[in-house]
Amino acid sequence: MFELLGIPPQALFGQLLLGLINGSFYAILSLGLAVIFGLLNIINFTHGAQYMLGAFVAWFLLQYLGIGYWGALIIAPIVVGITGVIIERLMISRLYHLDHLYGLLLTFGLALVIQGLLRNEFGISGLPYSIPPELAGGQNLGFMFLPNYRGWVVIASLAVCLGTWFLIEKTRLGAYLRAATENPTLVGAFGINVPRLVTLTYGFGVALAAFAGVLAAPIYSVNPNMGAELIIVVFAVVVIGGMGSILGAIITGFGLGIIEGLTRVFYPEGSAVVIFVIMAIVLLLKPAGLFGRTA
Amino acid sequence: MKRRLWVLGGLAASLMATSALAQDINVKIGVLNDRSGIYADLSGEGSVVAARMAVEDFDAASKGINVEIISADHQNKPDVASNIARQWLDEEGVNAIVDVPTSSAAFAVNELVREANALFLNSGAAASELTGEACSPHTAHWTYDTWALAHGTGAAMVEQGGDSWFFLTADYAFGHALERDTIAVVEEAGGTVLGTVRHPFPGQDFSSFLLQAQASGAKVIGLANAGGDTVNTIKQAAEFGITQAGQSLAGLLIFLTDVHALGLENAQGLVLTESFYWDLNDDTREWSARFEELDGDKPTMVQAGVYSAVLHYLKAIEATGTTDADEVMAKMKEMPTSDPVFGEGVLRQDGRKVHDMYLFRVKSPEESQGPWDYYEVLTTIPAERAFRPLEEGNCPLVE
Repeated sequence: MFELLGIPPQALFGQLLLGLINGSFYAILSLGLAVIFGLLNIINFTHGAQYMLGAFVAWFLLQYLGIGYWGALIIAPIVVGITGVIIERLMISRLYHLDHLYGLLLTFGLALVIQGLLRNEFGISGLPYSIPPELAGGQNLGFMFLPNYRGWVVIASLAVCLGTWFLIEKTRLGAYLRAATENPTLVGAFGINVPRLVTLTYGFGVALAAFAGVLAAPIYSVNPNMGAELIIVVFAVVVIGGMGSILGAIITGFGLGIIEGLTRVFYPEGSAVVIFVIMAIVLLLKPAGLFGRTA
Repeated sequence: MKRRLWVLGGLAASLMATSALAQDINVKIGVLNDRSGIYADLSGEGSVVAARMAVEDFDAASKGINVEIISADHQNKPDVASNIARQWLDEEGVNAIVDVPTSSAAFAVNELVREANALFLNSGAAASELTGEACSPHTAHWTYDTWALAHGTGAAMVEQGGDSWFFLTADYAFGHALERDTIAVVEEAGGTVLGTVRHPFPGQDFSSFLLQAQASGAKVIGLANAGGDTVNTIKQAAEFGITQAGQSLAGLLIFLTDVHALGLENAQGLVLTESFYWDLNDDTREWSARFEELDGDKPTMVQAGVYSAVLHYLKAIEATGTTDADEVMAKMKEMPTSDPVFGEGVLRQDGRKVHDMYLFRVKSPEESQGPWDYYEVLTTIPAERAFRPLEEGNCPLVE
């Protein structure tokens, strides 16, 4: 068979698949960020810490309450989502009338505080969390060995992403939300509780991050720094996709995961940088992002 | 009247006498390491605890030596380490910078301390150039280095039949050094290196690199990375069924805290080289129990190295009566070292501290009898063979 730049096709397909899997995490996280920014105009830097909290809650549920992975997939996002609601009610809602940057500073500070507290308590080497037995093992696809769990990650994130997109773009609730961000006074005049809608949306975005955290717990190290490393890349993804676009975040997330995967094959040393190079290029050519609308 | 004069005279004399005796030496030690990133557990606050233990055990206060210990976080970045070291040397009057894991940061501090009237007692970093081409009259490389690791774990894996290797290397100074030293061992023993892949430091997802390692068909996958990176690589290797398919993982640098994070389920069977383990003998057990009471976890070899280095440094200061860098270093190289953590040892001309190294194997969950009971000793590598011979290092200090 043909070889592409010295790499046999089996190796290439394997890396593409791995890139797709990484892209799933980028997609869910950037979706949460895009929802929060696009609909609420908050730059939520706490997103990485909330992703990490999702993984920690999953560990906690297993360690102290004996609730396994499947329960954690549902409970952890709800628990972290509630903390998100509390943060929004108590702190973030006071900053809506101010410049974006204040929200950024607040959420960044919150992220540092959460990370620092957990680091003091648990150290950084990570807590053990195993793959649930139903998803253990893998399939030999011929060109690579695909762990079942990683295949599940792609399916779960695709389902959640498409579900969220459908919810926001095609349902009445989503329509209220989009209307409320454009003209809150008018929507409020129709009897819809706009502040509550905003709060619940923030909570939902946070729950998405926590869901990604639970997905990550069995395969990535559950440690306080896990979100910090990821969130910078996710922000780049959101900027490339267009900060207000839900579909853009999903497609860009998966796409950039694949590009990063290819870079790991051909030039591994550059794999941490390639997304930022693309971000710089996109910002130069189309500042609103690939799918964004200029305001 | 005469008696009052006598009393006053006696008082004055005694006051002058005490001021003549008050020749206290002030020493400032700076513990510089990673307190928040992937190497925070193996060094971090524990190194500061170890340094304080050394000061207490040495009983500095009663010998007229006032020791102040300060600490800072270099975040594994050479530029941050440089800035902190420069500020410490220029403004804070630090006499010794201690620990500094992350070899790139260690090189930066090494160059700064070379020109200053201070000493660099490195416990955390691995790159063997610190006592080779980059050796300095003000630097002592304590606990371990890449040459010792390569000749410990590397040689052991080759002896077990691992004659084809593929390397997963952290893309910075330490990873390159460890990869280079291990390749030398493998090729000298007649083995082949099928390939290497350099991953960004620090990394998070190693699946892509593990896939390349799997595709190479090498018998041994050498992990030239450390701390959190190694923990993640080993976890993900288990997920991809790498060891089940017949390849072995060689963790070229593994710390006790990594095994603790992995859990014996994932780490069992790993062969590793370290210079200290809490359960080696009565001295190490007693010292580690005291450490655990202060820190909460058992000590790693890096933290034990900080204790040993600070203790020897203080002994040299007592013997010379000064904190002058050149005099104290000369004394440190002249006196043999002796402490409960490494036993007897010697600080060589090139700055290399020499002591026994140990080849350990991680126990299985059934073999372990309690928390932190993780290692069994396979062999002891005596000090003369454990480190690179003096003549082979290309150190300008060695004639």
